[in-house]
Amino acid sequence: MELHELTIHELLDRLRAGETTSAEITASVFGRIDAVEKEVHAYITLMRETALAEAARADERIRKGEIGALTGIPIALKDICCTKGVRTTCGSRILQNFIPPYNATVVEKLRAAGAVFPGKTNMDEFAMGSSTETSFFGVTRNPWDLDRIPGGSSGGSAAAVAADECIAALGSDTGGSIRQPAALCGVVGMKPTYGRVSRFGLVAFASSLDQIGPFTKDVEDCAIVMNVIAGYDPRESTSVPEEVPDYRRFLGKGIEGWRVGIPKEYFIAGIDPEVEAAVRRTIQVAEGAGAKCIEVSLPHTEYCLAVYYIVAPAEACSNLARYDGVKYGFRSEEGRDLMEMYKKTRAAGFGAEVKRRIMIGTYALSSGYYDAYYKKASQVRALIKRDFDEAFAKCDVILTPTTPTPAFRVGERTDDPMQMYLSDIFTISTNLAGIPGISVPCGFTAAGLPVGVQFLAGHFQEGRLIQFASAYEKHAQIEKRRPTL
Amino acid sequence: MEKIRISKEEVAHVAHLARLEFGAEEMEKFTSQLNDILLYMDKLGEVDTAGVEPVTHAIARKNAFREDAVGASLPPEVSLANAPEARGGCFQVPKVIE
Amino acid sequence: MQFEPVIGLEIHAQLLTDAKIFCGCSTKFGAPPNTHTCPVCLGMPGVLPVLNRKVVEFMIRMALATNCRLNRECNFARKNYFYPDLPKGYQISQYAAPPAEHGWVDVEINGGKKRIGITRIHMEEDAGKLMHDEHNPASYVDLNRTGVPLIEIVSDPDIRSAEEAAAYLRRLHETLVYLGICDGNMEEGSFRCDANVSLRPKGTEAFGTRAELKNMNSFRNVQRALEYEIKRQQYVLEGGGEVVQETRLWDDTAGVTHAMRGKEEAHDYRYFPDPDLVPVVIDDAWIAEIRSSLPELPLEKRERFVRDYQIPVYDAGVLTASRALADYYEEVVRLSGEPKIAANWVMGDVLRFLNEEKRDIRECPISPASLAGMIRLIQQGTISGKMAKEVSEAMYRSGKTPQAIIEEKGLVQITDEDALAKTIAEVIDKNPTQVSQYRGGREKVFGFFVGQVMKATQGKANPQLINDLLKKMLAG
Repeated sequence: MELHELTIHELLDRLRAGETTSAEITASVFGRIDAVEKEVHAYITLMRETALAEAARADERIRKGEIGALTGIPIALKDICCTKGVRTTCGSRILQNFIPPYNATVVEKLRAAGAVFPGKTNMDEFAMGSSTETSFFGVTRNPWDLDRIPGGSSGGSAAAVAADECIAALGSDTGGSIRQPAALCGVVGMKPTYGRVSRFGLVAFASSLDQIGPFTKDVEDCAIVMNVIAGYDPRESTSVPEEVPDYRRFLGKGIEGWRVGIPKEYFIAGIDPEVEAAVRRTIQVAEGAGAKCIEVSLPHTEYCLAVYYIVAPAEACSNLARYDGVKYGFRSEEGRDLMEMYKKTRAAGFGAEVKRRIMIGTYALSSGYYDAYYKKASQVRALIKRDFDEAFAKCDVILTPTTPTPAFRVGERTDDPMQMYLSDIFTISTNLAGIPGISVPCGFTAAGLPVGVQFLAGHFQEGRLIQFASAYEKHAQIEKRRPTL
Repeated sequence: MEKIRISKEEVAHVAHLARLEFGAEEMEKFTSQLNDILLYMDKLGEVDTAGVEPVTHAIARKNAFREDAVGASLPPEVSLANAPEARGGCFQVPKVIE
Repeated sequence: MQFEPVIGLEIHAQLLTDAKIFCGCSTKFGAPPNTHTCPVCLGMPGVLPVLNRKVVEFMIRMALATNCRLNRECNFARKNYFYPDLPKGYQISQYAAPPAEHGWVDVEINGGKKRIGITRIHMEEDAGKLMHDEHNPASYVDLNRTGVPLIEIVSDPDIRSAEEAAAYLRRLHETLVYLGICDGNMEEGSFRCDANVSLRPKGTEAFGTRAELKNMNSFRNVQRALEYEIKRQQYVLEGGGEVVQETRLWDDTAGVTHAMRGKEEAHDYRYFPDPDLVPVVIDDAWIAEIRSSLPELPLEKRERFVRDYQIPVYDAGVLTASRALADYYEEVVRLSGEPKIAANWVMGDVLRFLNEEKRDIRECPISPASLAGMIRLIQQGTISGKMAKEVSEAMYRSGKTPQAIIEEKGLVQITDEDALAKTIAEVIDKNPTQVSQYRGGREKVFGFFVGQVMKATQGKANPQLINDLLKKMLAG
């Protein structure tokens, strides 16, 4: 096996044993990037030189016996995480030249743990999208079928992990933007509890929903990355000062006697039969591992999409008001006065999907419509949250499909926003309720496309998710396949 | 007849509030798409939310403070480094009329 | 028709914290442009606000001082609008759930008291500064002020004249300064006032259409602008016209208000709760802690001075104009035991010296101990009132104690009866004509003798003693 094909824990074992170096690993990753990036286009910015320098420093530390949780491991960053001195575009023309003078907290944490940064991955513009087609920097392709999308918005990170263009990656998840592409690319993706991982330096899309999380090749790696990035950050008011357990403790334990809730509202008409079959098999696997599956109800599920497409755009239209051509980023040269400068800058700087959401959000907050849209949606959000509280009184984890269909074709849904929005139908409720969720590969369609299953738990129960996912991974024995590129 | 939630005039007004502008064709397309999306939102009308407190935060944390201590500011050349136009230590914009 | 003005004031007070409201940048005024900025107050992508605790404490102080009801929980909201001095495209403010409501203050008007209601007090961030280029079609943005904490104090529409408005403004100003939460500097913009003004026929209830007045950066300008605006609206209404709802700027030089030149659009701020900030909960313990640390407020202090020190209301007003001055006066009283004389000296020489040099009482070279010492010397008869004038001036110039100055200048009053009697005898001997005039009943000549004795003693004699001895000795 090539080094870039290995997991974090496998590589750390080899680094500790002195069987390889970070320089070799990093070179292997860049070799892979050189080989497949043209087809996949997972990255917006490659950081080859700094990565090689970081690898050399990591090797020095390893020689001194100072090996941290991620020393020498190449981890890609979604281009929504601010990196000091390295442009951070958020997939948008309006930030195409923006170089932050600060690091996101997660970047600081990964750096402190010894990680190497190969580059910044592609994404839907401002994380608005489910296919990574709205990026100003071009479309990312699904490594399993280059005619298909990798999912989104963190499609670049998912594709990079699936194509072995990095060992792990960070993404962000506002309505499924980690879990959905993880499912469509056949990797593990976790959205932690809101407030668990710092949002400082994460370019905001919808502040009450955004959360950073890892893409990894297996559940153990997910635990390793979570150990590094989770934790209280005094620079974020919504960060939660709650103790973070060692997530590795939850690996390899059983799930005997666990109650697994199967929400009836998630097995709906319109779900792809192959996806449904794969997810139904996971229920059997869980039962085979000693868990007890019970039906639960999340009665407000059918309203999640409507709530989400009011709340997220409302917050977004405000979050994106700062892109005005004054302090940083793109400015149109055509504006003759201030008003024209604003409008031409924003009209040319943002893509269609971002504008669509700014329009929805502005409308939903505007005078006369606030109560009917934003307030109403926030009230239904309260009911959605309550549904989960009630469900988790009856079960330990909830099991659902991650997506209703496998990866669709590039261009298939770009002209139909509502159809595109429906691909997040199973992941959105998690963000509205602030709970953690993980998507784990659960098989392939006949055409060879990956399918994911999603597990959900109550607030701050990431450990429980890792325990369940790890047990599932062990019992399911999903066939190890690699995309042929 | 198709239901109308938002007129072209309203779209134009919202675009102005959001400091966006659209060409004629784009305007047609946006109006029709926004209309579809808003019609979908009508679903929420089915839910009885009488007396339900709105949830605007995913986690109920309260009283997050920083102490009143001065920390480091950025050197002004760093603050201005990304500015499309700057002069005399300031961000420069087209003249504002008050 | 008789019209009655209806005025409400909105006051923005910059709080005297060291750091800004949501980041660690300094709030100091006057730094070079954009030197007090960081990713947070520049509104860079992905950065987040965390609330400065002291801002809440200062807001609570003002709420308690103005008899407001504090709500247990309040939220921050985003006020969305585009302007180059607003880097995030929204101002973090408070909207639906303000922390303090339903307060009031009493102001003194024409010798009586009037209660003016306070609708609400809330916290928010200041915007940056915009400067215009006179030669180029450009404006420049300095974001140092962005994120400086403000409290906005909104009055009820209880104010009925420009004079009342000025009195209310002074009351809030002195309260803020007394509480130590605002420096009150109107020129630097630490204390700003906007006014809503409308007219209605006297005796009616409904409000007329209002104009919003801005750009009044002194007490005097607020009063002048309101007087002008009331007259303007009256003229419009009496001419059968209608007042337009608009924002008008006060032009200090021309002494008029005029409608803003820029295109003004209907505001739609699209307020909604800021998801980046969490609710602030103000519990009883916190309120009690702050209440117990509140200083005595100016009005209470004034009343106490009149009651305890038996000084006139006017004097009490002057002496409580600032907390530092009141503290100075009280220290002089404590050390001298002479409240009335102390009041005269502080209001007289001390304030005169300071005003001449535009200095603050906190910089006064005469310490309260020195002034009290001098008062005691007068009372003991060691120096005369006239000498004291010289002493106080010298103390102010040199900062020395009264004893040191008296010694240096040899200013000790002659109180030795024998020595003085000798001098008086000499004066009597030298002026036989005046003696016979006096003895013949022309008592006015007495003053002449006093003058002569003073001259002979170079002003060092105790005037009372001169009087007594002269009377005795002239009587023969």
